[in-house]
Amino acid sequence: MSATVETHAQDNHEVHHHKETFVTKYIFSQDHKMIAKQYLITGIIMGIIGILMSLIFRMQLAWPEKPNVLFEALLGKWAPGGVMDADIYLALVTIHGTIMVFFVLTAGLSGTFSNLLIPLQIGARDMASGFLNMVSYWLFFLSSVIMIASLFVQAGPAAAGWTVYPPLSALPMAQGGSGMGMTLWLVSMAIFIASSLLGSLNYIVTVLNLRTKGMSMTRLPLTVWAFFVTAIIGVVSFPVLLSAALLLIMDRSFGTSFFLSDIFIQGEVLHYQGGSPVLYEHLFWFLGHPEVYIVLLPALGITSEIIATNSRKPIFGYRAMVASILAIAFLSTIVWGHHMFVSGMNPFLGSVFTFTTLLIAIPSAVKAFNYITTLWKGNLQMNPAMLFSIGLVSTFITGGLTGIILGDSALDINVHDTYFVVAHFHLVMGISALYGLFAGVYHWFPRMFGRMLNKNLGYLHFWVTAVCAYGVFFPMHFIGMAGLPRRYYTNTNFPLFDDTTNTNVVITMFALVGGAFQLVFLYNFFVSIFYGKKSEQNPWKSNTLEWTAPVKHIHGNWPGALPTVYRWSYDYSKPGHEEDFVPQNVPLKEDEEELQH
Amino acid sequence: MTALLTIITLVFIGVALWQMGKIFGLAQLGTTANNQIANDKDNRINGYLMMGFLVFIYAITIICFIYIGDLPLVNNAASEHGQDIDNLMVISMIVIFVVQIVTQFLLHYFAYKYKGKKGQKALFYADNNTLEAIWTVIPVIVLAGLIIYGLFTWNDIMNVDADEDPMVVELYAQQFNWKARYAGEDNTLGLANVRLIDIDKANILGVDEEDPYAQDDVIVTELHLPVGKPVLFKMRSQDVLHSAYMPHFRAQMNCVPGMVTQFSFTPTVTTAEMRQRPEIIEKVANINKLRVENKEEIEERGQDLLYEFDYLLLCNKICGKSHYNMQMKIIVETQEEYDAWMKEQKVFANSLNL
Repeated sequence: MSATVETHAQDNHEVHHHKETFVTKYIFSQDHKMIAKQYLITGIIMGIIGILMSLIFRMQLAWPEKPNVLFEALLGKWAPGGVMDADIYLALVTIHGTIMVFFVLTAGLSGTFSNLLIPLQIGARDMASGFLNMVSYWLFFLSSVIMIASLFVQAGPAAAGWTVYPPLSALPMAQGGSGMGMTLWLVSMAIFIASSLLGSLNYIVTVLNLRTKGMSMTRLPLTVWAFFVTAIIGVVSFPVLLSAALLLIMDRSFGTSFFLSDIFIQGEVLHYQGGSPVLYEHLFWFLGHPEVYIVLLPALGITSEIIATNSRKPIFGYRAMVASILAIAFLSTIVWGHHMFVSGMNPFLGSVFTFTTLLIAIPSAVKAFNYITTLWKGNLQMNPAMLFSIGLVSTFITGGLTGIILGDSALDINVHDTYFVVAHFHLVMGISALYGLFAGVYHWFPRMFGRMLNKNLGYLHFWVTAVCAYGVFFPMHFIGMAGLPRRYYTNTNFPLFDDTTNTNVVITMFALVGGAFQLVFLYNFFVSIFYGKKSEQNPWKSNTLEWTAPVKHIHGNWPGALPTVYRWSYDYSKPGHEEDFVPQNVPLKEDEEELQH
Repeated sequence: MTALLTIITLVFIGVALWQMGKIFGLAQLGTTANNQIANDKDNRINGYLMMGFLVFIYAITIICFIYIGDLPLVNNAASEHGQDIDNLMVISMIVIFVVQIVTQFLLHYFAYKYKGKKGQKALFYADNNTLEAIWTVIPVIVLAGLIIYGLFTWNDIMNVDADEDPMVVELYAQQFNWKARYAGEDNTLGLANVRLIDIDKANILGVDEEDPYAQDDVIVTELHLPVGKPVLFKMRSQDVLHSAYMPHFRAQMNCVPGMVTQFSFTPTVTTAEMRQRPEIIEKVANINKLRVENKEEIEERGQDLLYEFDYLLLCNKICGKSHYNMQMKIIVETQEEYDAWMKEQKVFANSLNL
């Protein structure tokens, strides 16, 4: 097996020494490193748009219905006289959610780091199919363009919430955004899913078939394990969302009744009969919940790698970490009903989903404790990537714990769809995954561009972001427990919630400061690509294979033969070695034992 | 003009950041071996900042509990099962609170305590089955407790006890308001379907005019409930998804077009009694203080300046443009008051334009 891999890889290497034109190198590239950069840059651009939207609607929530010059400038006809329109508010929260979940934290995170790290860390020349990989990126690009284009249609973009539940999303007369905007949303998502599937299949095949000699599954870095399992979850669950999107398109455009029944709207009875929106909810959340882990697992994988490297210690409990990734992946596909406790589904199902949901806390707790133990008696190198990784563990714990309340059907009744939920999922998947993305960028920037990011700007970026993230989302739990529903354009019609006004102002302040300081990152990122300090071959003294490849961009990753692997990737501070790290391609010493794992 | 100002501001921010970057760059010129990798000084400073951040997390927790912690309606449940939910909530919160305090301490303290120094070597410690067994088993036990407690509570809430003879009330949702339909003396709702809606005859809920059970139904826009009597709500929606959310009663159920959903509870505190509770008096006083401060704004909106406590039914599932203002007042009163109010209402048979 390994012999054939090597022969094949050698052939590959010979073939790829052709001259590259600008177009094949930078645009229609089939090289995984370039595709990773394309994903990252596109993800960053989408991230800027998504975060900007959140700042706009946060200002509306803090100072409701007040004229705001920024609204007038940015929203145009949707903010006559600078006062935001209620429809565009819903559109902003909808597109913010869609962009952040799918375009930034799925494609931007997984697309970047799966592409960059899978071949480099398993010792492969490239992905199994460079062509499909290229198609995957360009489909993602196309879907991004369509999603952005949908912002500019006459009646406004999709505005039914990122879950786009029918009938609201199915009936143009129910809401302006459910017309052309919604059509574009569905088309964009269908293309996005195709892109995601091509990517995932490629990752799975690559990990299974192209590992270099000696790279057994139990020697894989946890990053690769996380990307691998994430790809499997994606392949299992994304097609279900595609089916939901297609059925919704049928209902909208061809008069079928999959999700619609008995509707009277604007003075007329519609012909739909026999469908149910609850069916859509099931289909949506069958992807929607695994999606949380599609977003989170790569971030946790990145964190595992960075915490071990910067602690100069092996990751604690490698086997348990792999087992908990697998357990989380399995459980994630049988908990979707916890989004639907009060949807009208049978209460018995509610009991089942409560049980499976709370089980997820066990592997999650194991992961959190293992991270903490990895820090114990380490020699912590506080690089910006390390700070973001520690920050991730912190928000993962804070956000994860409130999941115990939301996953409990009896408690969910009263906090369902309130700001408590918003606080919970932003901390546990939004901020955590964003920290994973930042950690990955700070850590692998030298590998991508051959230069270092400025560390002091990195520190500034982390500390302000960390304070603001808690400042924004921690108080939100409390206004949620006060019963404040999410997706309200303004709360002024409920004097009951008047005492949340000041809290909302504080939250918005933190959001604005936190948002503004992301500019520090952008500046650091784009300037360092060209002017950053040249990096060493292995700046973080890491064990994994990507640091043995030359920094210079070459097709095939390693100039000569592929490296051979003799040990796992976590031999940090191993007794009997001079240095505090032993790269995976260093053979075992004569009397050295490989750690049994 | 505003667009121009915005652009100028953004340019200035950009310039400021650029300058900042230059300063950082210059500041680093003098230091030796500046390779943008953390050195001992960075480790030390960030180690201290980690402890500072731990203090920040604790502080924001305490501040939230003290200053906005009285916002939650905890301990003011106005329904029978609400008490059980609140107890479960308090227990879960205590568990969460303890775990949060301990784990955040360990995480940030270790980040401070084991900050790296040149020449120091970390402990090679890759596995310990006993430890891992411990932190697998402890969550299992705690969660088993919470799951069992939670499931019993859930089953109690969701299983409607037919022996209790609940009063049947339909909650009817449409963009963007609520209606309630009482079942009348026979306590049976007449059949209804949106296809039977006849606006000209004022049959706005699509109630079957032929159905004998429908004749004594009563349709209202303000929900009155007698205290201490179990109510079984049947939810319907005519257009899109809505959610009937009654936070004070710890009650919520989606209204789904094409199907009837249900939720049942027993109100235990009348509106008048609730208004007399010290926590509510304090909350209302606090709100009114804020409202007086913003007097002009509130009068501009055409609202009453002073707020008086009332139970509410809110829409809690995004339903379109005016989702944020889809509400119905709920009044819980004594049986006598309720009967007197009910007597004044028109029954369905008499409410139609014929």
